[in-house]
Amino acid sequence: MAQPTTLQPPAAAPTHDAPRTGNWDGGNEPFKASYGKLMMWFFLLSDAFTFAAFLTTYGLIRHKHEVFTGEAKDFVFNSRWWPIPDHVFNAFPGMGEANVPLGFVALMTMILILSSVTMVLAVEAGHRMDKADVQKWLLWTILFGATFLSSQAWEWGHFIHGHVEGTVMADGTVFHGANLTMNQYGPVLFADLFFFITGFHGTHVFSGVCLLIWCFIATTNGTFEKRGHYEMIEKIGLYWHFVDLVWVFVFTFFYLV
Amino acid sequence: MASPATTEHTLAPGEIAKPNTSWIWRIFGILVGITAIEFVFVFLMHPSTLRNSIFIVLTILKAFFIVGEFMHLKHETKGLIWTILVPMSLLIWLLVALVTEGSYVGEVLQHMFQ
Repeated sequence: MAQPTTLQPPAAAPTHDAPRTGNWDGGNEPFKASYGKLMMWFFLLSDAFTFAAFLTTYGLIRHKHEVFTGEAKDFVFNSRWWPIPDHVFNAFPGMGEANVPLGFVALMTMILILSSVTMVLAVEAGHRMDKADVQKWLLWTILFGATFLSSQAWEWGHFIHGHVEGTVMADGTVFHGANLTMNQYGPVLFADLFFFITGFHGTHVFSGVCLLIWCFIATTNGTFEKRGHYEMIEKIGLYWHFVDLVWVFVFTFFYLV
Repeated sequence: MASPATTEHTLAPGEIAKPNTSWIWRIFGILVGITAIEFVFVFLMHPSTLRNSIFIVLTILKAFFIVGEFMHLKHETKGLIWTILVPMSLLIWLLVALVTEGSYVGEVLQHMFQ
């Protein structure tokens, strides 16, 4: 008795008369999100990997170095151990050499969170097709974004020029500030990581501000009104919140821990 | 998020719905509050593993509000939520593995020249 050697067709084969209509059978949106929004999510996922790799590198290199074990008030900058952040980042614009530990970075964090809020407000106004409100909140977001970028430029300037007293280096000379091969705060890699991580984040903020300016122009021209929806604002908004999110992590691992 | 579809029926043509923004400012208050708590810990607690753990928990809490509410992920379909969260969870392993590796490299380097 011969066994059947070929695959038998399934008992209830789908026919053209009765197409399957399940979630993943095509012709609908299983995630109930548009193509553009999904792609923005996947881009942000990949970008999150990049930033996570940066912060993981920071963690590895920091743990590779010695930890200062004394009292915080006795801490001095030395290339042997990792610096205590509030001794490095303690300057405030217009206050000279006054000691304001983490004061300026707190202000920068507030500005970025506030810009995220005005971004949601712009998205909310877009849902209501309220062109004037979208314009208003986009302008606020652009303003806060640009303020954050300027603050970061100041922060970099201060980091590069350094504290007045400087640090005595191994060869006996006093060195002020930081570059990629030498710095007064601690191990060489501390300054390198500062430049790379905050720099990469700042580049993202800069791209975000450019995109927002483009969104503002398009809104003003009535592009989205004619299209019938403001989904572009939502997509750029996702990117903008992501940049805020990255700052939350950079803030924790670079300035607090 | 306010659902625009439900309010649209009652609107006359060309009329614009009233803004619904109280929830946005509530989330803003939460984010500012968590950041303030972080600053309290920076200045009132000596550096320790416990303090770092508190910072990480508070950071993840802030991330939850930004991603869940501002980026709206909490209100998306389950499939989309998991698509984003599952790959991210792999990063926890990466972080733990490489930070441990860093401590080990540091220990080896310290003893290499003695």
